[in-house]
Amino acid sequence: MKLSHLKVGEKGTIVAFTDLDMSVKLMEMGCLPGETVEVERFAPLGDPMAIRVAGYQLCLRKSEADVIIIQ
Amino acid sequence: MDIKVALVGNPNTGKSTLFNRLTGLNQKIGNFPGITVDKKTGFTKLAAHVEAEIIDLPGTYSLYPKSSDESIVFQVLADQKNNSHPDVIVLIADASNLKRNMLLYSQVADLGIPMILALNMIDLAEKQGIKINLDKLSQKLGVQVVSISARNNIGIDRLKQAIHHTNKVATQFQDVDVNSLAPEAINAIKSKINSDNDYYALQVLHQHEYLNFFTAQEQEEIEQIEQSHHFESAKVQAAETVARYQHLGAILSDVITDNGTAKKYSFSDRLDAVLTHKVWGFAIFLLILFVIFNAIFAWSSYPMDWIESGFGFITETGHEYLPAGMLTDLILDGVIAGLGGIFVFIPQIAILFAFISILEDTGYMARVTFMMDKIMSKVGLNGKSVVPMIGGLACAVPSIMAARNIENWKDRMITIMVTPLVSCSARLPVYILIISLIIPSENVLGIFNMQGLALMVMYLVGVVAAVLVAWVMKFLIKMKERSYFIMELPVYRMPRWKNVFYTMYEKSKTFVIEAGKVIIAISIILWVMAAFGPGNRFENIDKKYASALADTTKNTTHIETLIATEKLENSYVGILGHWIEPAIRPLGYDWKIGIGLITSFAAREAFVGTMATIYSVDGGDEDTSTIRERMAASVNSRTGLPVYTFATGISLMLFYAFAMQCMSTVAIVYRETKGWKWPVIQLAYMTAMAYFAALVAYQLLK
Repeated sequence: MKLSHLKVGEKGTIVAFTDLDMSVKLMEMGCLPGETVEVERFAPLGDPMAIRVAGYQLCLRKSEADVIIIQ
Repeated sequence: MDIKVALVGNPNTGKSTLFNRLTGLNQKIGNFPGITVDKKTGFTKLAAHVEAEIIDLPGTYSLYPKSSDESIVFQVLADQKNNSHPDVIVLIADASNLKRNMLLYSQVADLGIPMILALNMIDLAEKQGIKINLDKLSQKLGVQVVSISARNNIGIDRLKQAIHHTNKVATQFQDVDVNSLAPEAINAIKSKINSDNDYYALQVLHQHEYLNFFTAQEQEEIEQIEQSHHFESAKVQAAETVARYQHLGAILSDVITDNGTAKKYSFSDRLDAVLTHKVWGFAIFLLILFVIFNAIFAWSSYPMDWIESGFGFITETGHEYLPAGMLTDLILDGVIAGLGGIFVFIPQIAILFAFISILEDTGYMARVTFMMDKIMSKVGLNGKSVVPMIGGLACAVPSIMAARNIENWKDRMITIMVTPLVSCSARLPVYILIISLIIPSENVLGIFNMQGLALMVMYLVGVVAAVLVAWVMKFLIKMKERSYFIMELPVYRMPRWKNVFYTMYEKSKTFVIEAGKVIIAISIILWVMAAFGPGNRFENIDKKYASALADTTKNTTHIETLIATEKLENSYVGILGHWIEPAIRPLGYDWKIGIGLITSFAAREAFVGTMATIYSVDGGDEDTSTIRERMAASVNSRTGLPVYTFATGISLMLFYAFAMQCMSTVAIVYRETKGWKWPVIQLAYMTAMAYFAALVAYQLLK
């Protein structure tokens, strides 16, 4: 399942990425395989989204959240 | 200088606060070659006779740059010949989010430069229930670890001592086995560049294209090593990042104790629920924008008036007491007037940056980007572009400086390119003058004043043009780097008033020094062109009116005005106005308007003053009703028809709506983009657009 498909308040664990370049950036920002992510909110217009990961709040576009596979 | 220190750290870790804390106002702003980020350096006293130079490097999450601005970090650290290359690195980490911050530490440590780890915001971390065992961490890393709070001035002296006592030789442990990531390629590079540092060699493999200290031949050889060993950059980066986090997990496991995770974000979360709410979020944002707009539009008008009348007073008294002559005129009407034109921007710059610095500091700006991204990214802009665009309603100069806060290079460039299209306050006098000439002051539908409607339409035209041009540029401007939106949403905090003050001071100073040079140069050129004419034309004018002036029984004011008019017509500007007439005739303009277009390149509002001189109005630009009467009565010498018809008026307003008639904006774009390429493109496209719009309008309406 993709991270972008989660609803507000739902949690998941990162298992893999579908885009290598993007995965480097995401991992640098703390989105590592095995980390738990929780969807905190969506922007008023539905995109981007804010997630809680590695103890802080990160925002990213849905298209970027698409590359994160979660469980 | 005794010792060079570089500050390295993630964004939002309080790096600039620490920099300000260490250096005070003892700062210098310079350039890193090739990028738009300023190089900030400053000095601090470490001990009685030891001074350190502090270099503030751009915030970054890793040594792998995602933008050209971030690439400077590795360039400075890697190149020992770079004049910013530090003796000691102070790595600033956010103590409340240590693991992510330590990734950069771990990368930088492997470069083998002596370093210190500064855990910032230690007070905040403790409040959140995070405890860090500094001694244990220091032992495990092999470097000094200092806990500080730059905001609350805790531990700064300890940090200075630590810098002073840092060993000349790097002591940190390099525990991650970098070599195993790509052993053959790394070993080949090591022997090629004569280095025994595995990580440096690996970074060279990744980033050599961006490193300007290799020769073309070296670049080619490195590229060959990359090819022959099938070096896959992204894959190796991913593997390295995972390896580093694994190692950090092991180090940090018994160093940090955290017992308050659940509660610590509740305050920020509750604020976010309101501030990014579908209705309230936008309402509050609009309110904030209105306050900012009002501040730079209305509040700044008082100090601006003081500055203007102050410089006016200097010029007047100067003319009274200094011996009359060319040098006096050059100094007073060229240089002093130019300086006045620069200083008059300071209130707007300072006020806008006070707001921006508060919005950034509190963490609200990140939410603005979050809320506005969807709309703004459609037209090639950034969520943060909203602030410069709204600021553009008052003045493009501080607004273009405000675009600095947009991290993405392409978004920043597009914002800079379109902000001057938003109708600024300098267009207002031009619009008002022309609207009063061509639009009757009647009401439609009982309540709407036609002139008011026309003014509103002009403002809308500017905004629509800005959005359209941004959308076009989205396709035209190419960017090497991939752009991300992945961004930290920092927790809400109180603004640091000292930082707000520093920002106001620094931005005003930068503008005066950097953009000021260009503005002074242009105003001197414009003054020379207006104050001199070819041959002895000016002398003849003086002779012609000499007898009339000598007659002290009559009021000579009007004669002086006539002299000024005739001199302007015969000056180089006047000649240029005549010369461009064929080009602007299709727009409905005569040579008098041509002169106005040239003089108002200094600033748009100068058009009104020029019209006053050309139409010999004694009261100058104060007397708008007389200017209006004279302009309305003027007829074209060729056709005998009135010059200011409806068609010409609309054409002229459209020209002023689109044309880059502002040398200060040109100067600030030059300063912000660090080169002439973008200001020239901007000047060209805006002038072309203005010409075309005015041409179409006049030809359709005449």
